[in-house]
Amino acid sequence: MGIEEKLPSGVLLTTVEGLAGYMRKNSLWPATFGLACCAIEMMSTGAGRYDLARFGMEVFRASPRQADLMIVAGRVSQKMAPVLRTIYDQMAEPKWVIAMGVCASSGGMFNNYAIVQGVDHVVPVDMYLPGCPPRPEMLMDAILKLHDKIQNEKLGINKVRDDLAREREALLAVPTSQMRGLLP
Amino acid sequence: MTEPTETPGEAKVVFPATTDGAIETFAPASPTDEILETRQGMFGVSGTGDTSGYGGLVEPMRAIPPSARPYGGAFDAIADALEAALPTYRQAVKAVVIDRDQMILQVDRDHLHEVAQALRDDPALRFEMCMGVSGVHHPEDAGRELRAHYPFLSITHNRRVSVEVTAPDADPRIPSIIDIYPGNDWHERETFDFFGIVFEGHPHLTRIQMPDDWRGHPQRKDYPLGGIPVEFKGAQIPPPDQRRSYN
Amino acid sequence: MATTYGNSADGFDPANGPASAQERETTEGRVFTVTGNDWDDLVRDLSGTTANERIVVNMGPQHPSTHGVLRLILELDGETVTEVRCGIGYLHTGIEKNIEFRNWTQGVTFVTRMDYLSPIFNETVYCLGVEKLLGITDQIPERATTIRVMMMELNRISSHLVFLATGGMELGALTAMTFGFRERELVLDVFEMITGLRMNHAYIRPGGLAMDLPEGAEKKVRELLRVLPGRLKDVSDLLVENAIWKGRTVGVGYLDLAGCIALGVTGPVLRSTGLPHDLRKSQPYCGYENYEFDVPVQTTADAYGRFLIRIAEMSESMKIVEQCLDRLKPGPVMVQDKKIAWPAQLTSGADGTGNSPEHIKMIMGTSMEALIHHFKLVTEGFRVPVGQVYSAIESPRGELGVHMVSDGGTRPYRVHYRDPSFTNLQATAAMCEGGQIADVVAAVASIDPVMGGVDR
Repeated sequence: MGIEEKLPSGVLLTTVEGLAGYMRKNSLWPATFGLACCAIEMMSTGAGRYDLARFGMEVFRASPRQADLMIVAGRVSQKMAPVLRTIYDQMAEPKWVIAMGVCASSGGMFNNYAIVQGVDHVVPVDMYLPGCPPRPEMLMDAILKLHDKIQNEKLGINKVRDDLAREREALLAVPTSQMRGLLP
Repeated sequence: MTEPTETPGEAKVVFPATTDGAIETFAPASPTDEILETRQGMFGVSGTGDTSGYGGLVEPMRAIPPSARPYGGAFDAIADALEAALPTYRQAVKAVVIDRDQMILQVDRDHLHEVAQALRDDPALRFEMCMGVSGVHHPEDAGRELRAHYPFLSITHNRRVSVEVTAPDADPRIPSIIDIYPGNDWHERETFDFFGIVFEGHPHLTRIQMPDDWRGHPQRKDYPLGGIPVEFKGAQIPPPDQRRSYN
Repeated sequence: MATTYGNSADGFDPANGPASAQERETTEGRVFTVTGNDWDDLVRDLSGTTANERIVVNMGPQHPSTHGVLRLILELDGETVTEVRCGIGYLHTGIEKNIEFRNWTQGVTFVTRMDYLSPIFNETVYCLGVEKLLGITDQIPERATTIRVMMMELNRISSHLVFLATGGMELGALTAMTFGFRERELVLDVFEMITGLRMNHAYIRPGGLAMDLPEGAEKKVRELLRVLPGRLKDVSDLLVENAIWKGRTVGVGYLDLAGCIALGVTGPVLRSTGLPHDLRKSQPYCGYENYEFDVPVQTTADAYGRFLIRIAEMSESMKIVEQCLDRLKPGPVMVQDKKIAWPAQLTSGADGTGNSPEHIKMIMGTSMEALIHHFKLVTEGFRVPVGQVYSAIESPRGELGVHMVSDGGTRPYRVHYRDPSFTNLQATAAMCEGGQIADVVAAVASIDPVMGGVDR
């Protein structure tokens, strides 16, 4: 149908956003930010059985300049929070954050003075992954969902409009404690 | 669960009349048995919420009283050796508590240093290793709020002993034994960080676990747990230290 | 050293020593000319003279080689470390304070996350402490004790495998990492089958265990014991006689017996000095006196010795696990006293794990007391008499001790852990000062600290 029929074989049509998304998601390099128990599960995910290398993510770069994904794996204490923010700031755009485990997503079982109740208090999070610790398969599921998200991310002015729309939606949303009914 | 004790302490437990009509009452126990707290009722509920029928039950929680000689087992040997090594044994060691197969020497804080020196150096004692300091805060125990508990291990004689030192909240100083047991360095710093006990003689007593500019000493009983309310769908529950307690 | 250099344009005469002929003051300062084989002399002569630049470098807390969130503050003189200090507290979770607001049984779930590579050890020492306070140490069923020993030894194997993996990665032996994690997956499969979780199990409860071994668990463990020795041989063949590994670890991180005792260091670090101190042998708990195993000891007091000890400990642990399997007899896994025993009887059903239908029928239909016990134990928990106790076991890193204070209630009054990593990490300064930066990494890896235990 349309223009694609008339092209010689071997030519694909796509959008700039689609191509950029495809390139970005397929070589997402994680920054090592393993803190506690989730770090061990993250290392297991990178190891032989649950292989992250098949998604191009086996290289955990220690330098934040070379990484584009920060997997905050573990509980973030008050002392560690400024370090977390520094590393996030040192990463170059585009960058994404996965909050791995309940401690990173919401403070987890440690609802106390020492733990930041969710790293979204410190850095903007793109994917929340519950679990204590999440199984390697769960981490891979979160990564793949993030891949989808990255694939569909917009560029330029579209991204700005997209972000504004989502922000407006979030500001008008009903807070969790006031939701009614059993199903979302 | 808990049964009415035979020696109820300050509260009098009145039992049903005996055959000749006299009501038995029990005299308070020895005044040296200190009472930590008195629990009312059986299930942690009090007042009109208590429908269990056990509401009249009163049970004092007693501290473990000091033990008298002979202590039994190797504990006598330890006490004898310490007494021989320390001329000030009577002033230094205020009490010896033998409980659950463990020996705790309650040592006066001004004599802690010499007790630790004797424990390490005397050949009959030879407690080479100190397993750190554990701080405890008992706000209800006036004059002895802060406790520091030092477990010791002797590899030579294969036995353990603990030393407990108290300090009041108004004057939270305990001598440091880092010059005798250098491994206590971080333990004393941690106990300072969490309880505010100042270990005199420690060369660098700074915060170790909390950020350096943190205010307050978190593991004291008067420091709140510091949690936030937990949001659920349609409800919100308070943080753990403010929830309804079944204790 | 006495090579003649012939007619050097700048008049070098080896008899005078290098620093004599070559310095000239220039606009950029003093310039030395060295021609070969005399670098050591030059450095030695210089070290007393000019002020060297001391650099303070921060390694961590986010660093691939510092074994977790450890901040090493190094003062460097070139490549030599003159001072090293550890900054910790980046993982402080306030677990000990959190436990004060939970039941004695719920404390297990918190405590298991302290030293996250050896969760079973954390749980066991906690439960041993609670049982000592309750006075029921003799009433713990034999099957429960045997399974506890088996789980602890399996955990020791998995913890040492992580030491191998991360130690290898930090020193550059990435294959060790792959091998270590691959073997660890086998052990985690066993844990998942028995406890339901790969890590942070909350399986060992005061009074016994949460659940009995499921069907097929024994067979799976025997299968593991069949496969694991060959895999461990792969790892040892790779590293034990490896010249690069030996070059990186022999003589590195030296801490002799006096140093270890003074600093209160226990575990493989202490055993690498020649002292065979192991709490499983000297102050046995959980029936360890009935098992036949050796305590590996080395005398070199360096990182290589500790590495050899840990490999040998894994083989010893496998021996113990086999003896546990042979000793298993059917029986209860919870203490008989209904006022303490965790009441739930869990099985897997159509909708996951939950109380078995037989148990529900019993408490709802037959026994009122059982219903009351179940209700009160789950909502309120059991009461522990007043007292305090210090209980210690031998974890993969050293002596793991817990100091517990009870005020007679259903909540712990104070639970403080004497974590071996916390104490062992103080030895970093003694081990690393005077060495090179790369040796700091090897020394810290040989201590094998787990920051969750250090910071709690």
